[in-house]
Amino acid sequence: MRLGEKAGLKPSKPMRDVFGEALLEVCKQNPRVVVLDGDLSNSTKTEHVRHNFPDRFFNLGIAESNLVGVGAGLAGCGFIPWITSFSSFLLCNAYDQIRLAVAMSNINAKILGSHGGITLGKDGPTQMGIEDLALMGGLPTMTILVPSDPVSMKALVKAATDHDGPVFLRSSRVPMPYIYSENDSKFEIGKANVIREGNDLTIIGNGLMVTMALDAAVMLAEEGIEARVVDLFSIRPMDKETIGKAARETGAIVCAEEHLLQGGVGSNVARITAETYPVPMRFVGLPDVYVESADPYELLEKYHLTADDIASVAREVFAAKKG
Amino acid sequence: MIDKMNTAIDINKLNEIAKELRLDILEMTTKAGSGHPSSSWSSVEILTALYFGGILNYRSDEPWWEERDRFIMSKGHAAPLLYAVLAHAGYYDREVLWRLRQINSPVQGHPIQGMMPGVEATTGSLGQGLSLGLGHILGARLNGLDYRVYVLLGDGECEAGQIWEAAMAAAHFKADHLTAILDYNKYQETGPISREMALEPLAEKWRSFGWHVEEVDGHDIQAILEKLQFIEQINGCPSLIIAHTIKGKGVSFVEADFTFHGRALNPEQAENAREELLCA
Repeated sequence: MRLGEKAGLKPSKPMRDVFGEALLEVCKQNPRVVVLDGDLSNSTKTEHVRHNFPDRFFNLGIAESNLVGVGAGLAGCGFIPWITSFSSFLLCNAYDQIRLAVAMSNINAKILGSHGGITLGKDGPTQMGIEDLALMGGLPTMTILVPSDPVSMKALVKAATDHDGPVFLRSSRVPMPYIYSENDSKFEIGKANVIREGNDLTIIGNGLMVTMALDAAVMLAEEGIEARVVDLFSIRPMDKETIGKAARETGAIVCAEEHLLQGGVGSNVARITAETYPVPMRFVGLPDVYVESADPYELLEKYHLTADDIASVAREVFAAKKG
Repeated sequence: MIDKMNTAIDINKLNEIAKELRLDILEMTTKAGSGHPSSSWSSVEILTALYFGGILNYRSDEPWWEERDRFIMSKGHAAPLLYAVLAHAGYYDREVLWRLRQINSPVQGHPIQGMMPGVEATTGSLGQGLSLGLGHILGARLNGLDYRVYVLLGDGECEAGQIWEAAMAAAHFKADHLTAILDYNKYQETGPISREMALEPLAEKWRSFGWHVEEVDGHDIQAILEKLQFIEQINGCPSLIIAHTIKGKGVSFVEADFTFHGRALNPEQAENAREELLCA
């Protein structure tokens, strides 16, 4: 069964393609946007900008530290640089440059980390960004966004571009089915979207795990458990109000992410929950391992990042809530 | 405010400014009880030439003027020098200098972009400034502006890979409005560069990366000015000026002891240094 099928979601194309189109769109809308590439434009799909706006596209080669520095310099000239590469390469090679030249300088630069998570699959753990959100979390001024479907990708690329300040946007290679419809969806930095109502427990996810959460909610509903589902697309700032409300109204929370549990989004949700209204919680994410090369969907199963896994801990936390 | 080339250059006056900057650096770091006076003193003539010798186009009352020439202090530990120069150039009142490294002060131990007027870049983790300079060059082209960008590099930071990434990219983009000045004082934190991590043949390395390279006595303001004026004529490639300097220049007992890196002078040493600088 394909992802999102249980929840009745319409399939889509790979998120990198959606990103590439969204980036081209903001380049058309805003002449101040420039794009910097670490020689991966055919993988990150910034190649559309390269072809359409060659003057505003710079391939800096396989040299991420310099890539970030040059981008920061362009921001210093009033441009809005989108600094793009694989999440793993960009963050792990150029963390110091992102820290000083972007975050500490608090400049108006946007960073795309593509191929986040494990679902790039067969290229293996060297290419996977399983620690990117934790690393970005270590930079106090950095806004962090994770789209969960094509509509949110498009909206968040625009929101990131319009936002004044440093933004990290995490993307993935795989297709994510349509969760939202184009016209009646809102994505505000600092807010979360409740995309399914329910009062028995809440599943809070980001990225691909939002689809998984919706599938899991359908499975749980068949058993008479009504799960609320929250799309936490804005990791920083995080919507404390929606999280606190979910804790109070549903009494149990599951967090799901395609990222290391250590330093992951779930730990921040837990902190907010502990401070506002402590309830039983469970966490779906990666344990302290590097995963392997394989088909993305086999990896999701092997490392317990599926709708079944979410449903399973949801039953646990629901039972814990009832005591 | 300096209008490029309109000022008749008086070298004696520039040497007088250099002396004042050295005294400011001494007072700042001694009062703070920490900092990098020796690394700052080594670059004094270079910045004096740039800011007060009619090279840099800037408006101290309009620090972010779009057409300004850029100066990026890549060797961020020479922050005291940068702060003293900007005060001298009229960017802000010099009283703020005495708050270096004090709580609730904008005068940070290493430069933070925009925290002080005229501070273009956050530096202090070494190796980053040249990339930023290249970004400002690419921005100038897109904006249709003709300004130049000057980046002061430390010698030790040329051990960092990012410097060579930026060197390669600057040549690739034919960044002939980008000038790097390398303060070659031959010492890094733990000792002589030749002993810790050999950089030579330095000029050949840069030339092989596609740069035009000049060498100069980094304490001879006249000679520095001539090189800076000369490289403005170079087309099609970025330029590097290797400035041979003395770490701690101006204070004999600091010149003689590289362990002064990252160490302020105590009040007694400062008194001796002050006398020496005033008599120079």
